[in-house]
Amino acid sequence: MLRDGTASTRVATRTLASCRIGDLIEARGRWNGETIVDAEITLGHRPSATFPAPDGEWVRFQDHGVAHTLERRACAMRTVRAFFDQRAFLEVDTPLVVPSPGLDLHLDAFKLEGERRYLITSPEYQMKRLLAGGLPRIYQLARCFRRGEEGARHEPEFVMLEWYRAFADAEAAREDTEQLVSFLARELLSGQTQVHVGGGAVELAGRWERLTVREAFTRFAGRSMDELVDDEERFFRVLVEEIEPHLGRERALFLTRWPASMASLARLCPDDQSVADRFEAYVGGVEICNGFGELIDPVEQRARLVRDQRARREQGLADYPIDERFLGALEEGLPPCTGNALGFDRVLALLTEARSIADVIAIPRARL
Amino acid sequence: MADTGDIKKGFKMLIDGVPFAVVDHQFVKPGKGQAFIRTKLKSMIAGNVIDRTFKSGEKLEKANTEERTMQYLYDDGDNLLFMDTGNYEQVGVSKEVLEDVGLFLLEGVKVDIMFFNDRPIGVTPPTFVELTVTETEPGFKGDTSSNTTKPATTETGLVVNVPLFVNAGDKLKIDTRTSSYVERVKN
Repeated sequence: MLRDGTASTRVATRTLASCRIGDLIEARGRWNGETIVDAEITLGHRPSATFPAPDGEWVRFQDHGVAHTLERRACAMRTVRAFFDQRAFLEVDTPLVVPSPGLDLHLDAFKLEGERRYLITSPEYQMKRLLAGGLPRIYQLARCFRRGEEGARHEPEFVMLEWYRAFADAEAAREDTEQLVSFLARELLSGQTQVHVGGGAVELAGRWERLTVREAFTRFAGRSMDELVDDEERFFRVLVEEIEPHLGRERALFLTRWPASMASLARLCPDDQSVADRFEAYVGGVEICNGFGELIDPVEQRARLVRDQRARREQGLADYPIDERFLGALEEGLPPCTGNALGFDRVLALLTEARSIADVIAIPRARL
Repeated sequence: MADTGDIKKGFKMLIDGVPFAVVDHQFVKPGKGQAFIRTKLKSMIAGNVIDRTFKSGEKLEKANTEERTMQYLYDDGDNLLFMDTGNYEQVGVSKEVLEDVGLFLLEGVKVDIMFFNDRPIGVTPPTFVELTVTETEPGFKGDTSSNTTKPATTETGLVVNVPLFVNAGDKLKIDTRTSSYVERVKN
């Protein structure tokens, strides 16, 4: 049996004795429609005696199917581009090396040695500058980097699909998300829109459920969100242990209206200033994206960044600068807009039912 | 002092004074929020498995455990006696701690014993052991059906299912992880 990565064929020969598994050979003979018969075989290249290495590249890509997964990954990237191109979004690519990686208390960035530059944790600041520059619909498949995030659903280097729509509210971004994910599912799963996660089937087509964070705390944990909001550790412990496992079990779900203190770049909800216009989507208990009705007020934005910077210093976290060009763009004028950031690798892992997102990445961190 | 960064499969920590080994762990981080490590931990004393979620960076108390390879000497009725072949130190392990492990042991065999605060809490036999059959129904010659088995008792009292061709006096290779017959060994 011969295989070159695109197809396999059979060769019948009388002179096989000296061939070993893994040899690259040239076979000349007669093709009978199924097999090359009466073949003359010339040895091209012989891999090492230990081929295939148990933890080697051939085993990972061929025997463990990563080569096939990469074909599906490429298909997913083409599909994402087709989806947004059809909707008149412009694909952009903004810098990965930036003066400020964002001031979120729970994100740790990679700093470039000897320079006051960082790898992005998301392309949000830069994409908002394009919005201020009059580009109303933009998307990007951006490499993002977050230190210390590694596990079955995290890689420190990953691909974020981030898009923005001017003159639209967060509901428009939620609708984009529903349509995009079911479109991706149909392309990758031959028309199917169900995925199996954690022992159950989740439907991705149609309208996803909407649930506020406040309702989720009451329904699944029997607790008041407003009482827990001042103790962030307890808030997130309840979220992770008692709530998230229930979210998006039969149908995908948007968890909306997060506590105001937990969204430094989202606007507050106009009808309730205690919550921010922020949402996350869940499929089978797994969070796949984080979106905002964006904050466009430069005064409020600066106040929040100053507050976050102070909090980072007080907690002894790395001290990141405020990105004045980002604030400058808000001062110049950002249109009312919405945006969403979706973990591309994580969604691909869900759709391909991979055990870990490392399985849908050509070379994950653990194999560097 | 260890912290959650040390968590990996097999990492041993103390929880309320009881040593637990990590059997599974997952990094979880809600959107823009506190990161946690969700774990499944197995009690090294009682064997039960519990779920525990740690805050990322949380300090952990490493369990003072040590694994030593020792040789099985004999059964004194209450305990099985083992010897460290390096320093000839002898240790008795109760049958409660041993559970069924004694059924795999012939005198002289080497095992791994887990100690917690110098007290033996678990014995891991070799993955494969060879035991001689003392009792089984006679084999049927000419029966080639591979699905048919029968019970056989070995010299240690262990009962395994074996193919029909096995006879009393045969030596068998046994997989101790599954307590199952692997093959007949030529004497």
